[in-house]
Amino acid sequence: MSATSTKEKVADLVATFKSTGRLVIVGASLAGLRAAEALRKEGFTGPLTIIGDEPEEPYDRPPLSKQVLKGWVPADHTKLPRVRQVDAEWRLGIAATGLDRVTKQVRLANDEQVPYDRLLIATGTRAREWPNAREAALEGLYTIRTSTDAAGLQKALAAKPGRVLVIGAGFIGSEVASVCRELGLPVTVVERGSAPLVSSLGGVIGAIAAEMQRDHGVDLRTGIGVKSLEGDGKGHVRRARLSDDSVVECDVVLASLGSIRNTEWLEGSGLAAGFWGVGCDAGLRAFDINGVVTDSIFVVGDIARFPHVLYEYQFLVLEHWDNAVLGAEVAAHNMVSLEPDRWPHLPLPSFWSGQFGVNIKSVGVCPFGNEIIFTQGSVKERRFAAAYGHRGRIVAAVTFNHGKWLEHYAPQIERSAPFPPPPAGYDRPEVKPVPAEFPDPRVPTSIPDVILTGHDPTERGAEFRARIY
Amino acid sequence: MADLTPWQQALLYENRANPYPFYAELRKTPVSRQPDGTYVVSTYREIVSILHDPRVSSDPRKRPNAPSAAEETASLPTSTYVREPSMITSDPPEHDRVRRATMRHFGPPHTPDLVSSQEDGIKRIVTDLLDKLKGKTRIDVVNEFAYPLPVSVICRVLGVPEEDEKRFHNWIEAALDGLDLGPEAASEEGQHRAKLGHQARQELSTYMAELLERYAEQPGPGMLSAMVNSVDERLSRGELLSNAQLLLFAGHETTVNLIAHSILTLLRHPHALEKLRRRPELIVPGVEEFLRFESSVQFWPTRTALEDIEIAGTTIPKGAPIIVLYASGNRDPSRFTNPDQVDFQREHNEHLGYSGGIHLCFGGPLARLEAQIAVGEFVRRAQNPRLVVDPPPYRHNQIFRGPRHVLVDIDGVQD
Repeated sequence: MSATSTKEKVADLVATFKSTGRLVIVGASLAGLRAAEALRKEGFTGPLTIIGDEPEEPYDRPPLSKQVLKGWVPADHTKLPRVRQVDAEWRLGIAATGLDRVTKQVRLANDEQVPYDRLLIATGTRAREWPNAREAALEGLYTIRTSTDAAGLQKALAAKPGRVLVIGAGFIGSEVASVCRELGLPVTVVERGSAPLVSSLGGVIGAIAAEMQRDHGVDLRTGIGVKSLEGDGKGHVRRARLSDDSVVECDVVLASLGSIRNTEWLEGSGLAAGFWGVGCDAGLRAFDINGVVTDSIFVVGDIARFPHVLYEYQFLVLEHWDNAVLGAEVAAHNMVSLEPDRWPHLPLPSFWSGQFGVNIKSVGVCPFGNEIIFTQGSVKERRFAAAYGHRGRIVAAVTFNHGKWLEHYAPQIERSAPFPPPPAGYDRPEVKPVPAEFPDPRVPTSIPDVILTGHDPTERGAEFRARIY
Repeated sequence: MADLTPWQQALLYENRANPYPFYAELRKTPVSRQPDGTYVVSTYREIVSILHDPRVSSDPRKRPNAPSAAEETASLPTSTYVREPSMITSDPPEHDRVRRATMRHFGPPHTPDLVSSQEDGIKRIVTDLLDKLKGKTRIDVVNEFAYPLPVSVICRVLGVPEEDEKRFHNWIEAALDGLDLGPEAASEEGQHRAKLGHQARQELSTYMAELLERYAEQPGPGMLSAMVNSVDERLSRGELLSNAQLLLFAGHETTVNLIAHSILTLLRHPHALEKLRRRPELIVPGVEEFLRFESSVQFWPTRTALEDIEIAGTTIPKGAPIIVLYASGNRDPSRFTNPDQVDFQREHNEHLGYSGGIHLCFGGPLARLEAQIAVGEFVRRAQNPRLVVDPPPYRHNQIFRGPRHVLVDIDGVQD
């Protein structure tokens, strides 16, 4: 009997696992679906269970704040196309409520236990609810995350309310305000920070975003918050009192206060799970509370907090569509692989938004930059490219209706090329770099789409507390 | 001609049917300086880099030695473009403004249904063309199939009267024949063709100007009338004229070659043809693979470096003309596995068949639809098709490379 080599042993293990291992995915949205598809593509033929708390089949969320609200597409018409057959046991409409890493079981809301050999956590985020419980029960107050939310808000907007109030001018709030103006609805936007989009893109771009909103007739109020919401005798919202004591009469309110990561169900599991998501390694394997990497638990999508070599190995959390898609491929591959075949998840973060007739696209981590320079186009005409720098290196770029040029900046960011980049040969604004004006991270505004969360894998040192309005 | 560079050899007419070995040779030097100071970029990643570099101009008027607008040097390949800049030969901000104004009448958000609304008409034309081939045992896929469809479609989309087709067909053929960037341009025959080409371009220009004038007086169907009479984002007469010609020209020549080359490729690769018969839905990735395999626009010659550009271990100096060789990038083994094989299920097939960056093919969605329907129906209905002549005779043009005729024997055409 000849001794099998390590390589052969590993190959045997992998082959056996791929046919007999039990995999469970908790989270049935974009990341969960694409991971399931990727697992089948990897040749995994064993049993696969997908658990999701929403009753719907996986659907696409970005249209919910754009085309759906405009009325182009019904809210339940954004089902994600299937890349391949998944052949899984789908447990939709039931939440996971606990995780036992010793017995390797996921507990569901009906106390059922679902055993796993390897687990993928893809539970994403939810919209932060209005913090005052009594006011939150008012009719006409919405958050937007699910297709049900979008259906309700779409109907409310179609009923031609007298005024819409949007609380929070991050990407979602700004997109909804844009839809309101397209529908001819009066809209007030209240933003605690100095400008819309300020935590994601900085104050210089924020100032442009503010002008864009005002030019389209938005009643934009910055540097203030909403103290309280009041209803009429029938339980419907009618007005808001702002922190400067002014009053806004409104009959539809959208609270777009940012997202909360769905990590509550992991309490007690001993994972490095907290406010910023679940800490994991660059191969999307979860860390435990002590910073020891697990063998059998993987994380993907909005809830994953992973180290990125381009950002000094800081842990990155991204609320980006392509982070879910690309991460799903990596996580799936790594779930059925052993060393040295595992892949790193090293996305170059990229993001898009459609608002006020402008397509905004960015690449890299804009809040990592402290300087910004407009490199192409015209700010006045709202078509331009701008690059962000950090200590003399380019770290991000943003474009307004100039998205096709991002491919020029992406490779420079990947290799930390010098900032400012070489000037364009035509159509260039003759300007110098200026401070990008990101808000002090200790001052809570909205939660931006990309966050650098330091070096602690378990975030026991995290101090950030979001202040309620 | 032993002293010609691989690029120059690729341009010779004798190599038109198969320039690929010369492209492979060229790729050993991804950015290759030619004797006349032009830099030919032949590898995928370097082409993508150039296409997205804001130090690269697409406007030949910005070349240091650009002939003035008044000069008429017919032998210069850039003379067409110098006299009549269209969106393909301009830079932002003018380019962006013109493309937006034109796209307004072709695609979303203002005209979201134009391309999809052509589907029924395309199916009808393709059905009729194939029905006409019933009873024949030998057909010319170019004259009897690949050519008539795109011409009919672009005439309808633009609003060019189809009865004028014969006239502008001859002008376009002559214009294409008259453009030669290779060593043969200097010959007597080359110069003669160039002169005829120049004449043809003048006549096409006059025809289009008259058509636009008619629409200005009396609005009619199609994009041209819509652009002439547009209330928002208006273009000048000169801009309208040059872009109308661009759309007419680009709207069929390239699509004709796409359809002809797709069928040629299928007949050369019986396993691929068989696969498409068994799985007709593969026509969608199939057309992408045909765009990669035999690109309708082999290269584009109007770019210039406006600053020194460091790329692939060399520097393209400020002022140097740049040629991006799409058809070579599409066969680059460092980007595409087994690039010389036809694989409908090729992953990450982001080919350069439609270029990239801000000049990405304007009519791409329309061309895709035409090719998917035409090639799909040909595969379904043509019985036992066999290539009669391989390689087929090619047109002269190096950029818009395509077969003049593709003779195919068939047993019949089923319903």
